[in-house]
Amino acid sequence: MGGLVYYSSASGNTARFVQRLGLPAGRIPISAKEAMPAPALPHVLICPTYADGEGRGAVPKQVIRYLNDPDRRALLRGVIATGNRNFGATYALAGKVIAEKCGVPLLYSFELAGTETDIARVLAGLEKFWGTECLTMA
Amino acid sequence: MKDHVTRAPLRAINWNRLEDEKDLEVWNRLTVNFWLPEKVPLSNDVQSWATLRPAERELTIRVFTGLTLLDTIQNTIGAPSMLPDALTPHEEAVLSNISFMEAVHARSYSSIFSTLCLTKEVDEAFRWAEENPHLQAKARLVLEKYKAGADPLKRKIASVFLESFMFYSGFYLPMYWSSRAKLTNTADLIRLIIRDEAVHGYYIGYKFQRGLEKLDPARQQELKDFAFALIFDLYDIESKYTAELYDGIGLTEDVKAFLHYNANKALQNLGYEALFPPAACEVNPAIMAALSPDSENHDFFSGSGSSYVIGKAVATEDEDWDF
Repeated sequence: MGGLVYYSSASGNTARFVQRLGLPAGRIPISAKEAMPAPALPHVLICPTYADGEGRGAVPKQVIRYLNDPDRRALLRGVIATGNRNFGATYALAGKVIAEKCGVPLLYSFELAGTETDIARVLAGLEKFWGTECLTMA
Repeated sequence: MKDHVTRAPLRAINWNRLEDEKDLEVWNRLTVNFWLPEKVPLSNDVQSWATLRPAERELTIRVFTGLTLLDTIQNTIGAPSMLPDALTPHEEAVLSNISFMEAVHARSYSSIFSTLCLTKEVDEAFRWAEENPHLQAKARLVLEKYKAGADPLKRKIASVFLESFMFYSGFYLPMYWSSRAKLTNTADLIRLIIRDEAVHGYYIGYKFQRGLEKLDPARQQELKDFAFALIFDLYDIESKYTAELYDGIGLTEDVKAFLHYNANKALQNLGYEALFPPAACEVNPAIMAALSPDSENHDFFSGSGSSYVIGKAVATEDEDWDF
């Protein structure tokens, strides 16, 4: 099974979701001064959305910095986006932007810190996804 | 004698010296999202309004009057009551923005009324709002938590519940009309309000968590117990308010699922776990679609939705985003 990398701002919603998933995961730091995770294996990125009303600024700066590295980007296999439906059409927009920019599938989206249903779907989904990924590679 | 009294210097706010980056992030989000009701072509809903039955019109005006009351409270009492507890000068600036936008929201409902309704109908609804025991009860319960001398963190809990939970018995109706292609411009305006309230609930919940992490475990537990007790009490009132409003058109249970879903989101803004189980939160998909049009729920894992298609080009203005 591949890895997980996530970003969570000081509000901690995504961090709480990842904690409940119970899978090992690298955290992209909030501060630009701290070191980025350096995954050695293919991984999925979980990213919150910070878009304004026009959709600008959807992807957090630190996530952009993370993805701007070709080695890290080469290992990205998919993205899971979070957001809040109350933001209307820009709900979980970061996932669409990253999927487009990096040519990886948007696997799932959920709101805030996620529900029990989201946890179960992502756990089952990731297992299935990495299974498929192994077959593809073989 | 008074010349000898030492005073703390009065400090001007310096946005180039931040203590909490979140203050600037939220300030920027709120100011970029600024809007006024004049921006929305409400008069395009005049014909649609005429297709509603008298009871449906009365319900809609009452729902909007109830929402106006909550916005009025948050504008004049709720947001200002948090100013003395602000941790940073920038938080005070954000709270003053929140306060003002609540005034814009309250003002917007009057724009809807003057565009669509008869003065007599509106006056009757305002009188109804003053006399409705459930509406008055929920307003009083929150005001009690805001009053002078109240615990600053309990004030934030009440404020997050107002922003992220108490509005939703009302917001349901314009989303319902919109899902039936009625009052769609009004729904556009309500979506702007919903977007603002989401930022408000997020920010106040964030500041609550910053305050909470400094406390000892016993005080943390006390505040958590307070939060869950308050959401129960508010839910109890909301259920009665909802039944009184929506029984007539048979939508009460549908609205309640929406309330459960939003109560859980309000708790998440405070950093707490969900109260209502997933089965109680299955909101009518038509309402979800009206809430976030053009944005389906991506579930590549289960093979539903069209998310296999890798996202279409989306505007982004980050210059360093160019590999």
